[in-house]
Amino acid sequence: MIAVESLRIAVQGILSNRLRSLLTMLGVTIGVASVIILVAVGNGSSAAVQSQLEALGTNVLTVFAARGGFGPFGRGGGRSTVGTQSRSSGLTMKDVTALQKRQNGPDLKSVNPVVNAQPTVTYQGATYQPGQFVGTTAGYFEAENFHVASGRLFTQADVANHSPVVVLGQTVVQNLFGTADPLGETIAVNGVQFQVIGVLATKGNQGLQNQDDVASAPITIVQASLTGVSGTLNQIVVEAKSRKVTSLAEQEITTTLLSTHKITNGEPDFQVLNQASFISASNASQHTFTVLLGAVAAISLLVGGIGVMNIMLVTVTERTREIGIRKAIGARRAHIIGQFMTEAVLLSMIGGLIGVGAGIAGSRFEIIGIQPVVATYSVVLAFCVSAAVGLLFGIYPAGRAAALRPIEALRYE
Amino acid sequence: MTTGRRPLLAVLKVTKSYAMGTQVVHALRGVTLGVAAGDYVAIMGASGSGKSTLMHILGCLDVPDRGRYLLDGVDVRYLEDDELAEIRNRKIGFVFQSFNLIPRTSAAQNVELPLVYAGVKRRNRRLRALEALARVGLANRVHHLPSELSGGQQQRVAIARALVSDPTVLLADEPTGNLDSRSTTEVLEVFDDLNREGRTVVLITHERDVADHARRVIVLRDGRVVQDERRRPLVEAVA
Repeated sequence: MIAVESLRIAVQGILSNRLRSLLTMLGVTIGVASVIILVAVGNGSSAAVQSQLEALGTNVLTVFAARGGFGPFGRGGGRSTVGTQSRSSGLTMKDVTALQKRQNGPDLKSVNPVVNAQPTVTYQGATYQPGQFVGTTAGYFEAENFHVASGRLFTQADVANHSPVVVLGQTVVQNLFGTADPLGETIAVNGVQFQVIGVLATKGNQGLQNQDDVASAPITIVQASLTGVSGTLNQIVVEAKSRKVTSLAEQEITTTLLSTHKITNGEPDFQVLNQASFISASNASQHTFTVLLGAVAAISLLVGGIGVMNIMLVTVTERTREIGIRKAIGARRAHIIGQFMTEAVLLSMIGGLIGVGAGIAGSRFEIIGIQPVVATYSVVLAFCVSAAVGLLFGIYPAGRAAALRPIEALRYE
Repeated sequence: MTTGRRPLLAVLKVTKSYAMGTQVVHALRGVTLGVAAGDYVAIMGASGSGKSTLMHILGCLDVPDRGRYLLDGVDVRYLEDDELAEIRNRKIGFVFQSFNLIPRTSAAQNVELPLVYAGVKRRNRRLRALEALARVGLANRVHHLPSELSGGQQQRVAIARALVSDPTVLLADEPTGNLDSRSTTEVLEVFDDLNREGRTVVLITHERDVADHARRVIVLRDGRVVQDERRRPLVEAVA
């Protein structure tokens, strides 16, 4: 009964000074809305980064011939030999064959050798040097998340037949052909004729690297005509069966290559790069970013709470006489505290509710190029905090009201 | 009951002083008086005579420095704030000079308020409030706000509020001080009626003609009782 009565009195108090109540609520509203929006922005940017990273291929593991226990950073066979460990072969087709054996890599979907060339490409007088010229096998495209925009990708048969065919990225196409259709045309790669059979869909920039500035041809023909058949590979691009098994796949690769490289001292002469671990690392940093944004917004919620306290103190002073009357006719401390606490909590909760609405509405718009994604937890948390803010900042004014001496309160004009 | 019964209100050698700036004001310098059930007492005195302080003590808004005050046999001196609040709620009905209704709150809700604090259920509360308003002749002003009522009507709402919890004593502090003569007559009639029905009434006034309504007139000067005169016989209170 007394709770209902407190609520009624509180509503009356809020309504009796509408503008002031509204302005007080505004502080809490802005606080709650900014928590929701900023956390949503953090969330949205993290989702954007995530999807960018996923465009790289989430199941991909890249094996590099890398520094051994000692020598400098070396590639292929060109590393110096220091100390006792003179054996280093880099990556070879033997490694690829070993990895392709099912019993060695049950979690591997495809194993693709990669050789890189830096050729100059010409077409009817136009000359261009692609950022990447990759000789590889057919599974590479799926592993690296490349899709075909027109024409076709090369196949395993093309690889087996040493077919002089090439697939071009959008940037390369623009530089060589302008707006003309490149399909079926023949280009010269360091003087060797290749037929353009496909154009890749655009992937956009990834960090510093333009993912569209790429050309790719079967590894057999690239080795035969451009890099030489020395047998060393620049990378092996492995696709795991799913994102979940990337760590298992990493282990399988390591075990297999340690054995093909006859390494027993546990210091591999290769490096396995796991894309999934990149993603989780970036997730962690994105999370920090989101928390930081939320914390900044929480401060504004605190400021809103101080606004509530300020107004409640004014209200208590204004209603000193009323408090005196209530005490004279029998209100106890708890009644007075209840009345003013209810009013403070109600003020901040209504403000919080409006803030939730404003925050969700505001998160529908793109902010600094990021489409915010509202986090449910931030909505619940912000609202609960707004109610708690009312409680916290209502205690002091309510306590002041309850502590008033009835005679003095009655005399107050 | 007999005339020799224990008084309803017993004030024994009560002193009260308070600081006003650097000066100590001795408001009451040893007041002893008893008020029997069913009596109608007017307390008179010039301003500064201590009559308001006495009223605060009688109403349990304040406690004496020295001496004892027994309300219905209970010594209030050592009671906690909340216990005093409960006594004010159940045993005392206040009527103030400036009406002291809660603004923006209807007449009925104002009258209900003491019952709210007493924890009376809503339906019962409403019923009793309407009864009390009818008792002071305001049955047709139940939903009016204080700002929509005349001074006399506001004071009658205040009387209804004082009555609603069926208190032991009605205390009125200059109840007609802010009223014109017609409203004064209205309000005093209500007090007279209530007393005839057996209600104990103590009122403070500095107006002779108001005091003339009472059965007993007490005059205070400088914190002491200087005159205590019975005007009309005390009738037995209706139990």
